[in-house]
Amino acid sequence: MEQRHGIGEGVKYGMVIDLDKCIGCGACVTACVAENNTTILEDETNKLKSITWLRLYKFDNSKPYPETEICYLPRPCMQCDSHTPCVSVCPATATDYDPLTGIVSQIYTRCIGCRYCVAACPYHVRYFNWFDAVWPEGTEACLSPDVSPRMRGCVEKCTFCHHRLMAAKSKAALNGSREIPEMDYQPACVEVCPTQAIVFGDLNNTKHRVYELKQSPHAFRLLERLGTEPKVFYTTTRRWIRDMSDNWTDGEKEKAKAHS
Amino acid sequence: MDSALFPEGTKRCSIKIFGFWFSVWSLIVLWGLVGAYFCLRYGLNQTNMNDYFAFGVWIVVDLAVIALGAGAFFTGFLTYIVGKKELKAIINAAVIIGFICYSGAMMMLMVDIGQPIRGWFGFWHANIHSMLTEVMFCITTYLTVLIIEFVPLILDNRQLKKVPELHHFSHRLHEIMFVFAGVGTFLSFFHQGSLGGMYGVLYARPFAFRTGFMIWPWTFFLFILSAIATGPCFTMLIVWITQKVSGKQLVKRSVFNLLAKIAGTLLAVYMILKILDTWYWAVFTAPSMGFNLMDFYAGGPYGFWLVILEIGVCGILPALLLLSSKARESNAVLISACILACIGVTLNRFVFVVQTLAIPVLPFEHFYGYLPTWQEWAISAAIVGYGGIIYSLAYRYLPVFPQEVELYPENLQPQPEG
Repeated sequence: MEQRHGIGEGVKYGMVIDLDKCIGCGACVTACVAENNTTILEDETNKLKSITWLRLYKFDNSKPYPETEICYLPRPCMQCDSHTPCVSVCPATATDYDPLTGIVSQIYTRCIGCRYCVAACPYHVRYFNWFDAVWPEGTEACLSPDVSPRMRGCVEKCTFCHHRLMAAKSKAALNGSREIPEMDYQPACVEVCPTQAIVFGDLNNTKHRVYELKQSPHAFRLLERLGTEPKVFYTTTRRWIRDMSDNWTDGEKEKAKAHS
Repeated sequence: MDSALFPEGTKRCSIKIFGFWFSVWSLIVLWGLVGAYFCLRYGLNQTNMNDYFAFGVWIVVDLAVIALGAGAFFTGFLTYIVGKKELKAIINAAVIIGFICYSGAMMMLMVDIGQPIRGWFGFWHANIHSMLTEVMFCITTYLTVLIIEFVPLILDNRQLKKVPELHHFSHRLHEIMFVFAGVGTFLSFFHQGSLGGMYGVLYARPFAFRTGFMIWPWTFFLFILSAIATGPCFTMLIVWITQKVSGKQLVKRSVFNLLAKIAGTLLAVYMILKILDTWYWAVFTAPSMGFNLMDFYAGGPYGFWLVILEIGVCGILPALLLLSSKARESNAVLISACILACIGVTLNRFVFVVQTLAIPVLPFEHFYGYLPTWQEWAISAAIVGYGGIIYSLAYRYLPVFPQEVELYPENLQPQPEG
């Protein structure tokens, strides 16, 4: 079995998303928006300016019916582990990598809105607040008190529901423990998934399910060749989806064909 | 009316003509100010930038004017450090152009960042690993140097010079100008390089990423070279336009020849290294990330023609023209070569800013195009308008061209007041 570590020592939170289980219902996206007080724009038709920390991609195998196959791919922040592309470029240290958890944070009140991090991220997980955050009257009562809403002009991104980690830490401390049980810290998208396609935990903890799942021969990460070391893994038995996870030169494609 | 303010021994157009000229530039600036108001009041949703095109025309203009403004530090370096005293005839113009370019870029950046009031966080919470931090520090400090270099010229105004303290201060500043030329050169080398480094370090953006030497990607060095090659071309171009508009020779032809020869040599070296860099990136760097060269040029309007235009038409051709002493003799050829070189460096900055972002890295992502809104165009144009105002005022009231008096000795006769 291929070992898929390369994510450093210590606690490294990550996800394994089973694309064969994902039905594209969008519950994870909705849960993420509700949990993290994400702004809804007046005109949500312009998807290039709207904010979706967890975006659901839909693509197919480009084959005609009846061979057509569709893939739904939920894409949170990859929480890159190695020389994180966005962290190294931020001039104001408004985004940081926590070596104790592996989570890439964003300090909204420090962000100057230069958007260099947005340009650096190949996964498009970073979103700039092009508009003022406006909640229609009454809806502000539904905002989560644990997550600060973001102001116009700063960048935001998925944090693996970091506030839930804080809550889990407090709970563990009250119980006199430093270790956080696997199920005490689960992001909103994981909790809400009806098919349990998303599994979350410490990638280095042998007792957590993600440890085993990420070592599946069907597991892969997006754009692995770039060396960003994402902590979000995907699994699928469908080869064409795995092939679409990275870029290949013409020569490499031919070589792969010859091998298969 | 204002002739008492004109540099000694010079003639300038009437205040009416100047007023009309000034109003044209002011209108452009006004248009930009309206655009800036919209962006600051309502946010950057007034632009066509988005989460795919995080940078747009403003950053292209910023990078381009900073490259073109490099004539200031490089001419200063040649004049005060290398000792090319002939270039004193053009150094004032180069400093003013540099000041306009850098201050204009800074003003534009204040609109471009989403939180302008937090602009100083880059200094306070500086991330020493970020190329942009280095850019922020060096550009700010270099703009201070440019102001120091500009001040003695302002104090050389005919009326200000009459104040003994100011005259003395200006004289002392002139004496130590070589120190600022040295500091300016050091700072400029770093921020021109860091601007290139900003793109070269984007290792998850295969179109921009470059390998390099230690912590510096090759774009670091290429941006320095392209700036010092094309900056003097831009200076020559502006001085030539000044000559055409004013209808008189302001700088001896030999000065143009010398600067053109230097610019041509640097442009040729830049072209050789740029071609080598492109080849290495196309053959080794990009394929190691899974990209064929032509994958980058397959989508949208940003085709391979951009490479031919940038390297061939606006790189190799002007380099050859500037290197040939015979070609340099012709004003038309010299100026055409300068224009091509300036377009080339602008195109280079455009490619790194816009094309880098347009090319999808995720295989299931799409190619997007980008067209700026009127607000983005207005603010970009305002930099040109601002430049027109500052440069025109400087030309009218300051002794920008020391050779002007020498070339037109008849103007030294006492002038009637008014």
